[in-house]
Amino acid sequence: MTNAHTPALSLGPVYYLWDGPKWRDFYFRIADEAPVEHVTLGETVCSKRQHFTEPHIAEVVERLEAAGKKVTLSTLAMVTLERESRHVRDLIRDSAHPVEANDLSALGLIAGRAHSIGPLVNVYNAATARVLAARGANNICLPPELPMNSIEKIVASLPDLSFEVFAFGRMPLAISARCAHARSKGLTKDNCQFICGEEPDGLPLRTLDRQSFLVLNGVQTMSNSCVVLLGELQALSAAGIARVRLSPQDCDMVAVAAIYRAVLDGAMDDGEAIARLSDVYPGAVFSNGFYHQQEGAAWIARGRNAALGQG
Amino acid sequence: MELICPAGTPSAFREAVDAGADAVYCGFRDETNARNFPGLNFSRPELKDSIGYARKRGVQTFVALNTFMRAGHEQLWYEAADDAVALGADALILADFGLMAYVADKYPDQRLHVSVQASASNRDAIQFLVEAFGAKRVVLPRILTVQDIARLTRQIACEVEVFAFGGLCVMAEGRCSLSSYATGKSPNMNGVCSPASHVKYRRDGDTMVSELGAYTINRFGPDEASGYPTLCKGRFEIGETHGYAFEDPVSLDVVDHIDALREAGVSALKIEGRQRGKAYVAEVVSSLKKALSAEPAERSALVARLRAMSEGQRTTSGAYDKRWR
Repeated sequence: MTNAHTPALSLGPVYYLWDGPKWRDFYFRIADEAPVEHVTLGETVCSKRQHFTEPHIAEVVERLEAAGKKVTLSTLAMVTLERESRHVRDLIRDSAHPVEANDLSALGLIAGRAHSIGPLVNVYNAATARVLAARGANNICLPPELPMNSIEKIVASLPDLSFEVFAFGRMPLAISARCAHARSKGLTKDNCQFICGEEPDGLPLRTLDRQSFLVLNGVQTMSNSCVVLLGELQALSAAGIARVRLSPQDCDMVAVAAIYRAVLDGAMDDGEAIARLSDVYPGAVFSNGFYHQQEGAAWIARGRNAALGQG
Repeated sequence: MELICPAGTPSAFREAVDAGADAVYCGFRDETNARNFPGLNFSRPELKDSIGYARKRGVQTFVALNTFMRAGHEQLWYEAADDAVALGADALILADFGLMAYVADKYPDQRLHVSVQASASNRDAIQFLVEAFGAKRVVLPRILTVQDIARLTRQIACEVEVFAFGGLCVMAEGRCSLSSYATGKSPNMNGVCSPASHVKYRRDGDTMVSELGAYTINRFGPDEASGYPTLCKGRFEIGETHGYAFEDPVSLDVVDHIDALREAGVSALKIEGRQRGKAYVAEVVSSLKKALSAEPAERSALVARLRAMSEGQRTTSGAYDKRWR
């Protein structure tokens, strides 16, 4: 047991294409009602979508900051075009806010300035975290794929660095130059008509035996299951995790944040929290397999959790 | 342009050297490389002998240590780097920043190549790797068009190597945990994708079903040849439609783009296939070697032979052609 601090709650960027007003109103409500301390925002998945949210960023940031939230701006996960490179360069140069790097170009450009590392950068060990910290990273959101024993070892090796864990939401599992989402509707990436906006919570992809499996989100492929680390929060706190990330889904994220806050504060047990989460995000399948070093889709129920924890 | 050839076994290594490879790449028999399959890869003595065989014939050896170090087990990767350097590897192919820092610090004269698994897809990313770790060459992710590559090579102080033939990742390499999501074995940490240990075939009436972990990856009717359930080459259902959601079971072939890639400033072409047998390696290496020096008009016959050896007998130019997106 290292310390008994309580991690802060952090809201990750919306990975989906939501239209401008929906996106703005989502953050206004987060500002007014959600018990989160950190908010990371900005288009992360596809540069073609940027014009939907850009007109609203200034007012959203202002509202969040007026409510006392600490705002970080997210960079693109995949940068191949000159236009995309320019966008990342401009964001890093001009931003008065901390930036979350989600690809290697941002890592290079931001060296020497305080910044965050997003969950889409491969940090699998303490040696890598040390390289990034030496270049100015002061918060690292670890990839969802990491098991608890990796998380513990990395955090213990760098006790002065802030680490964040992806604890709610569909997991980003892959990204491609090709847009499977557009392809599924007979389009291509270059002529996509922003068709991914039709599925604000992702387009389900099932197996031919009708098993729920993945969802498509533009060029990104995500898990169908929603990561839920609630029974694991106590162990994560004990390990020294500084922030717990909630990744926005198209459900009541204010209620999700309240549930996580209550569990972190010891005001709600995780069994009740999981039951309530099922009401807040109806139909969602939960998973925590990666944390327990199983297949990511697995759900290790609490009884077994406790047994594993003691064993 | 150099021809960089795969070897999963010492005999494939010799075939590649004899067939005209400029360099052969290979890995140790463990999780430190991204083709950690049973029966493949090299012991330390095998690597030593292979490097000697290649060097006598003026051929280089690149050692792939291109997975990400599992926290708490870093020593496995550090020792692999130490041994590869000691055995005389001409270059180490790396993906993990922590391992790059270790090699750059401990062996500043060792040639460091950036693996495709690092996903360095643009000028700023590559400059970062050159400045931070002294990278001499970057293997580009298969997400760029030939035009993107031509623009990039002019902007960076680093050689560029691209995949030309063989298996094709649909997703940006090193940034995909789909297989891990289904099986618990991670391409990035364990060096396996869609591992055979988690593959099952089962009959459902006259349909052959291929599964990875608990998931159906494909169903083949009586008139279809069944294929290996590589996750991103499976058939799935989206809404009311079903089909190959990410990519058909095709392989990459950019022989038609050889001249454009040369003009784009590419230093080396890489053949995928450390899991393939020595006969395949010999055939592909010698055909591509001939294609590289042939006039464009003479290439088609060589290409036809190569295509017959491809996975599923169908090929694509992948992301090198913008229309693929």
